[in-house]
Amino acid sequence: MIPDAWVLVVAGGVLGLGTFAYRAAGPFLHTRFTLSAARQVLMTTAATVLLFALAVTASVADGQVWSDPARPAGVVVAGVLAWFRAPFVVVVLAAAGTAAALRLLVG
Amino acid sequence: MLRDIILVCLAVGVVGMAYGAITVANGLPVWLPSFMSVAVLAGASQFLFTGVIAAGGSPVAAVLAGLLVNARHLPFGFALADTVRDRRLLGSYLMIDECVAFSLAQRDPEARRAAFFACGAALFLCWNAGSLLGAVAGTAITDTDALGLDAAFPAVLLALVLPSVRRPGVRGPALLGAGIALALTPYLPVGLPVLCALGGLALARPARTE
Repeated sequence: MIPDAWVLVVAGGVLGLGTFAYRAAGPFLHTRFTLSAARQVLMTTAATVLLFALAVTASVADGQVWSDPARPAGVVVAGVLAWFRAPFVVVVLAAAGTAAALRLLVG
Repeated sequence: MLRDIILVCLAVGVVGMAYGAITVANGLPVWLPSFMSVAVLAGASQFLFTGVIAAGGSPVAAVLAGLLVNARHLPFGFALADTVRDRRLLGSYLMIDECVAFSLAQRDPEARRAAFFACGAALFLCWNAGSLLGAVAGTAITDTDALGLDAAFPAVLLALVLPSVRRPGVRGPALLGAGIALALTPYLPVGLPVLCALGGLALARPARTE
Protein backbone atom coordinates (compact mmCIF):
# COMPACT_ATOMS: atom_id res chain seq x y z
CA MET A 1 0.00 0.00 0.00
CA ILE A 2 1.32 3.44 -0.93
CA PRO A 3 1.36 5.93 1.99
CA ASP A 4 -0.53 9.25 1.82
CA ALA A 5 1.16 12.19 0.11
CA TRP A 6 1.79 14.08 3.36
CA VAL A 7 3.48 11.03 4.90
CA LEU A 8 5.82 10.83 1.90
CA VAL A 9 6.57 14.58 2.14
CA VAL A 10 7.40 14.35 5.86
CA ALA A 11 9.50 11.21 5.36
CA GLY A 12 11.39 12.74 2.43
CA GLY A 13 11.92 15.96 4.39
CA VAL A 14 13.34 14.12 7.40
CA LEU A 15 15.67 12.10 5.17
CA GLY A 16 16.76 15.33 3.46
CA LEU A 17 17.48 17.14 6.73
CA GLY A 18 19.37 14.16 8.14
CA THR A 19 21.44 13.84 4.99
CA PHE A 20 22.28 17.54 5.07
CA ALA A 21 23.34 17.23 8.72
CA TYR A 22 25.79 14.43 7.82
CA ARG A 23 27.24 16.47 4.97
CA ALA A 24 27.48 19.73 6.93
CA ALA A 25 29.07 18.26 10.08
CA GLY A 26 32.57 18.15 8.59
CA PRO A 27 32.63 21.65 7.03
CA PHE A 28 31.05 23.30 10.11
CA LEU A 29 32.94 21.45 12.86
CA HIS A 30 36.20 21.45 10.95
CA THR A 31 37.18 24.94 12.15
CA ARG A 32 37.03 23.80 15.78
CA PHE A 33 40.03 21.58 15.27
CA THR A 34 42.46 21.19 12.42
CA LEU A 35 43.28 17.84 10.91
CA SER A 36 46.88 16.92 10.24
CA ALA A 37 47.89 16.30 6.64
CA ALA A 38 48.05 12.58 7.40
CA ARG A 39 44.49 12.64 8.77
CA GLN A 40 43.32 14.47 5.64
CA VAL A 41 44.79 11.72 3.47
CA LEU A 42 43.14 9.09 5.66
CA MET A 43 39.75 10.84 5.34
CA THR A 44 40.11 10.96 1.56
CA THR A 45 41.01 7.27 1.48
CA ALA A 46 38.03 6.51 3.74
CA ALA A 47 35.67 8.35 1.38
CA THR A 48 37.04 6.38 -1.58
CA VAL A 49 36.71 3.08 0.29
CA LEU A 50 33.05 3.88 1.10
CA LEU A 51 32.19 4.90 -2.47
CA PHE A 52 33.84 1.79 -3.91
CA ALA A 53 32.04 -0.49 -1.44
CA LEU A 54 28.75 1.23 -2.28
CA ALA A 55 29.31 0.70 -6.01
CA VAL A 56 30.20 -2.98 -5.49
CA THR A 57 27.32 -3.83 -3.15
CA ALA A 58 24.79 -1.90 -5.26
CA SER A 59 25.99 -3.98 -8.23
CA VAL A 60 25.10 -7.32 -6.70
CA ALA A 61 22.31 -6.78 -4.19
CA ASP A 62 19.15 -4.90 -3.29
CA GLY A 63 19.40 -4.67 0.45
CA GLN A 64 20.00 -8.20 1.69
CA VAL A 65 18.75 -9.89 -1.49
CA TRP A 66 21.20 -10.78 -4.27
CA SER A 67 20.29 -9.45 -7.69
CA ASP A 68 20.18 -11.60 -10.83
CA PRO A 69 23.58 -12.04 -12.59
CA ALA A 70 22.65 -9.60 -15.37
CA ARG A 71 23.23 -6.48 -13.26
CA PRO A 72 26.74 -7.35 -12.01
CA ALA A 73 27.59 -8.47 -15.56
CA GLY A 74 26.57 -5.03 -16.81
CA VAL A 75 28.60 -3.31 -14.10
CA VAL A 76 31.69 -5.45 -14.88
CA VAL A 77 31.47 -4.37 -18.54
CA ALA A 78 31.17 -0.79 -17.29
CA GLY A 79 34.19 -1.27 -15.03
CA VAL A 80 36.36 -2.54 -17.89
CA LEU A 81 35.31 0.37 -20.11
CA ALA A 82 35.95 2.84 -17.28
CA TRP A 83 39.39 1.31 -16.65
CA PHE A 84 40.30 2.16 -20.26
CA ARG A 85 38.86 5.65 -19.75
CA ALA A 86 35.80 5.38 -21.99
CA PRO A 87 33.42 8.37 -21.68
CA PHE A 88 31.03 8.15 -18.73
CA VAL A 89 27.91 8.07 -20.88
CA VAL A 90 29.28 5.13 -22.86
CA VAL A 91 30.05 3.38 -19.56
CA VAL A 92 26.51 3.83 -18.21
CA LEU A 93 24.74 2.93 -21.44
CA ALA A 94 26.95 -0.16 -21.82
CA ALA A 95 26.03 -1.27 -18.30
CA ALA A 96 22.30 -0.87 -18.89
CA GLY A 97 22.55 -2.36 -22.40
CA THR A 98 24.49 -5.42 -21.22
CA ALA A 99 22.04 -6.11 -18.39
CA ALA A 100 19.05 -5.63 -20.69
CA ALA A 101 20.52 -7.87 -23.43
CA LEU A 102 21.35 -10.66 -20.97
CA ARG A 103 17.84 -10.57 -19.54
CA LEU A 104 16.37 -10.67 -23.03
CA LEU A 105 18.53 -13.67 -24.02
CA VAL A 106 18.19 -15.67 -20.80
CA GLY A 107 14.87 -14.52 -19.41
CA MET B 1 37.80 19.21 -17.02
CA LEU B 2 34.66 20.83 -18.40
CA ARG B 3 34.30 18.02 -20.90
CA ASP B 4 34.57 15.46 -18.09
CA ILE B 5 31.96 17.28 -16.03
CA ILE B 6 29.53 17.34 -18.95
CA LEU B 7 30.02 13.62 -19.52
CA VAL B 8 29.53 12.81 -15.82
CA CYS B 9 26.38 14.91 -15.85
CA LEU B 10 24.93 13.17 -18.87
CA ALA B 11 25.59 9.84 -17.17
CA VAL B 12 24.00 11.01 -13.92
CA GLY B 13 21.08 12.36 -15.93
CA VAL B 14 20.56 8.84 -17.30
CA VAL B 15 20.71 7.41 -13.76
CA GLY B 16 18.22 10.11 -12.68
CA MET B 17 15.87 8.98 -15.42
CA ALA B 18 16.28 5.41 -14.20
CA TYR B 19 15.43 6.59 -10.68
CA GLY B 20 12.33 8.52 -11.77
CA ALA B 21 11.10 5.68 -13.97
CA ILE B 22 11.69 2.95 -11.36
CA THR B 23 9.94 5.00 -8.66
CA VAL B 24 6.83 5.74 -10.71
CA ALA B 25 6.73 2.21 -12.18
CA ASN B 26 6.50 0.98 -8.57
CA GLY B 27 3.25 2.88 -8.11
CA LEU B 28 4.60 5.94 -6.30
CA PRO B 29 3.29 9.40 -7.27
CA VAL B 30 4.80 11.26 -10.23
CA TRP B 31 5.86 14.25 -8.08
CA LEU B 32 7.81 12.12 -5.59
CA PRO B 33 11.08 11.69 -7.60
CA SER B 34 11.38 15.45 -8.12
CA PHE B 35 10.54 16.23 -4.50
CA MET B 36 13.13 13.71 -3.24
CA SER B 37 15.76 14.89 -5.69
CA VAL B 38 15.50 18.45 -4.37
CA ALA B 39 15.04 17.57 -0.68
CA VAL B 40 17.62 14.78 -0.38
CA LEU B 41 19.89 14.96 -3.45
CA ALA B 42 21.52 11.58 -2.74
CA GLY B 43 20.89 8.89 -5.34
CA ALA B 44 21.61 5.74 -3.36
CA SER B 45 19.29 6.68 -0.50
CA GLN B 46 16.57 7.79 -2.93
CA PHE B 47 16.67 4.41 -4.74
CA LEU B 48 16.53 2.73 -1.35
CA PHE B 49 13.63 4.86 -0.11
CA THR B 50 11.66 3.91 -3.21
CA GLY B 51 12.60 0.25 -2.76
CA VAL B 52 11.47 0.06 0.87
CA ILE B 53 8.14 1.83 0.26
CA ALA B 54 7.45 -0.18 -2.91
CA ALA B 55 8.13 -3.41 -1.00
CA GLY B 56 5.44 -2.41 1.47
CA GLY B 57 7.81 -1.20 4.18
CA SER B 58 6.84 1.62 6.51
CA PRO B 59 7.95 5.21 5.80
CA VAL B 60 9.85 5.15 9.11
CA ALA B 61 11.84 2.13 7.91
CA ALA B 62 12.46 3.88 4.59
CA VAL B 63 13.82 6.99 6.35
CA LEU B 64 16.01 4.96 8.71
CA ALA B 65 17.42 2.90 5.84
CA GLY B 66 18.14 6.11 3.91
CA LEU B 67 19.87 7.70 6.89
CA LEU B 68 21.96 4.57 7.41
CA VAL B 69 23.08 4.56 3.79
CA ASN B 70 23.86 8.26 3.88
CA ALA B 71 25.99 8.01 7.02
CA ARG B 72 28.95 7.76 4.64
CA HIS B 73 28.49 11.47 3.93
CA LEU B 74 29.87 12.22 7.40
CA PRO B 75 33.44 11.29 6.42
CA PHE B 76 32.89 12.93 3.01
CA GLY B 77 32.24 16.18 4.87
CA PHE B 78 35.50 15.89 6.76
CA ALA B 79 37.41 14.92 3.62
CA LEU B 80 36.06 17.97 1.77
CA ALA B 81 35.85 20.44 4.69
CA ASP B 82 38.73 22.48 3.31
CA THR B 83 37.39 22.31 -0.25
CA VAL B 84 34.02 23.88 0.66
CA ARG B 85 35.20 26.20 3.45
CA ASP B 86 34.17 29.43 1.66
CA ARG B 87 30.63 28.27 0.87
CA ARG B 88 29.85 25.72 3.52
CA LEU B 89 26.04 25.67 3.25
CA LEU B 90 25.99 25.29 -0.52
CA GLY B 91 28.98 22.95 -0.45
CA SER B 92 27.32 20.66 2.09
CA TYR B 93 24.10 20.56 0.08
CA LEU B 94 25.95 19.65 -3.14
CA MET B 95 28.03 16.83 -1.56
CA ILE B 96 26.73 14.23 -4.04
CA ASP B 97 28.57 10.88 -4.34
CA GLU B 98 29.57 11.51 -7.95
CA CYS B 99 30.69 15.04 -7.10
CA VAL B 100 32.78 13.78 -4.16
CA ALA B 101 34.39 11.12 -6.35
CA PHE B 102 35.05 13.60 -9.16
CA SER B 103 36.64 16.24 -6.95
CA LEU B 104 38.71 13.75 -4.94
CA ALA B 105 40.30 12.76 -8.27
CA GLN B 106 41.76 16.30 -8.46
CA ARG B 107 44.89 16.55 -6.36
CA ASP B 108 45.51 20.31 -6.42
CA PRO B 109 43.34 22.09 -3.77
CA GLU B 110 42.31 24.93 -6.09
CA ALA B 111 41.41 22.56 -8.91
CA ARG B 112 39.52 20.44 -6.43
CA ARG B 113 37.49 23.43 -5.23
CA ALA B 114 36.61 24.51 -8.78
CA ALA B 115 35.78 20.92 -9.74
CA PHE B 116 33.57 20.44 -6.70
CA PHE B 117 31.33 23.46 -7.23
CA ALA B 118 31.15 23.22 -11.02
CA CYS B 119 30.39 19.51 -10.87
CA GLY B 120 27.98 19.89 -7.94
CA ALA B 121 25.88 22.60 -9.60
CA ALA B 122 25.78 20.75 -12.92
CA LEU B 123 24.90 17.46 -11.20
CA PHE B 124 22.09 19.14 -9.29
CA LEU B 125 20.55 20.27 -12.57
CA CYS B 126 21.05 16.97 -14.41
CA TRP B 127 19.87 14.78 -11.53
CA ASN B 128 16.69 16.82 -11.21
CA ALA B 129 16.06 17.03 -14.94
CA GLY B 130 16.65 13.28 -15.21
CA SER B 131 14.37 12.29 -12.36
CA LEU B 132 11.60 14.54 -13.70
CA LEU B 133 11.88 13.10 -17.22
CA GLY B 134 12.11 9.57 -15.86
CA ALA B 135 9.04 10.05 -13.68
CA VAL B 136 7.02 11.24 -16.66
CA ALA B 137 8.33 8.39 -18.82
CA GLY B 138 7.80 5.93 -15.95
CA THR B 139 4.08 6.20 -16.35
CA ALA B 140 4.60 4.46 -19.72
CA ILE B 141 7.45 2.05 -18.84
CA THR B 142 6.35 -0.83 -16.67
CA ASP B 143 9.42 -3.08 -16.57
CA THR B 144 12.50 -0.96 -15.82
CA ASP B 145 14.67 -4.06 -15.23
CA ALA B 146 14.12 -5.14 -18.85
CA LEU B 147 15.91 -1.94 -19.89
CA GLY B 148 18.80 -2.67 -17.49
CA LEU B 149 18.16 0.63 -15.68
CA ASP B 150 19.10 -0.90 -12.32
CA ALA B 151 22.71 -1.30 -13.54
CA ALA B 152 23.09 2.42 -14.31
CA PHE B 153 23.65 3.70 -10.78
CA PRO B 154 26.42 1.28 -9.68
CA ALA B 155 28.07 1.67 -13.09
CA VAL B 156 28.44 5.44 -12.93
CA LEU B 157 29.64 5.29 -9.34
CA LEU B 158 32.26 2.67 -10.22
CA ALA B 159 33.46 4.68 -13.21
CA LEU B 160 33.90 7.75 -11.02
CA VAL B 161 35.66 6.12 -8.13
CA LEU B 162 38.07 3.98 -10.20
CA PRO B 163 40.70 6.73 -10.74
CA SER B 164 40.92 7.21 -6.95
CA VAL B 165 40.95 3.46 -6.27
CA ARG B 166 43.88 2.99 -8.66
CA ARG B 167 46.15 5.12 -6.52
CA PRO B 168 48.84 3.29 -4.57
CA GLY B 169 47.86 3.08 -0.93
CA VAL B 170 44.15 3.20 -1.75
CA ARG B 171 43.86 -0.01 -3.76
CA GLY B 172 44.37 -2.36 -0.81
CA PRO B 173 41.93 -0.68 1.59
CA ALA B 174 39.31 -0.33 -1.17
CA LEU B 175 39.47 -4.00 -2.20
CA LEU B 176 39.45 -5.26 1.39
CA GLY B 177 36.60 -2.87 2.26
CA ALA B 178 34.50 -4.02 -0.69
CA GLY B 179 35.16 -7.64 0.31
CA ILE B 180 34.02 -6.97 3.87
CA ALA B 181 30.88 -5.20 2.65
CA LEU B 182 30.02 -8.06 0.28
CA ALA B 183 30.54 -10.71 2.95
CA LEU B 184 28.26 -8.86 5.38
CA THR B 185 25.54 -7.93 2.87
CA PRO B 186 23.26 -10.95 3.51
CA TYR B 187 23.46 -10.55 7.28
CA LEU B 188 23.19 -6.84 8.07
CA PRO B 189 20.49 -4.24 7.31
CA VAL B 190 21.06 -2.07 4.21
CA GLY B 191 23.70 0.58 4.68
CA LEU B 192 25.65 -1.09 7.48
CA PRO B 193 27.79 -3.33 5.21
CA VAL B 194 29.02 -0.25 3.33
CA LEU B 195 29.98 1.42 6.61
CA CYS B 196 31.80 -1.75 7.71
CA ALA B 197 33.93 -1.37 4.56
CA LEU B 198 35.90 1.17 6.60
CA GLY B 199 37.57 -1.90 8.16
CA GLY B 200 39.55 -1.96 4.92
CA LEU B 201 41.45 1.06 6.24
CA ALA B 202 43.42 -1.41 8.34
CA LEU B 203 45.51 -1.80 5.18
CA ALA B 204 46.04 1.96 4.86
CA ARG B 205 49.71 2.72 5.19
CA PRO B 206 50.64 4.86 8.19
CA ALA B 207 51.67 8.31 6.95
CA ARG B 208 55.37 8.95 6.80
CA THR B 209 55.13 12.35 8.49
CA GLU B 210 53.82 10.99 11.76
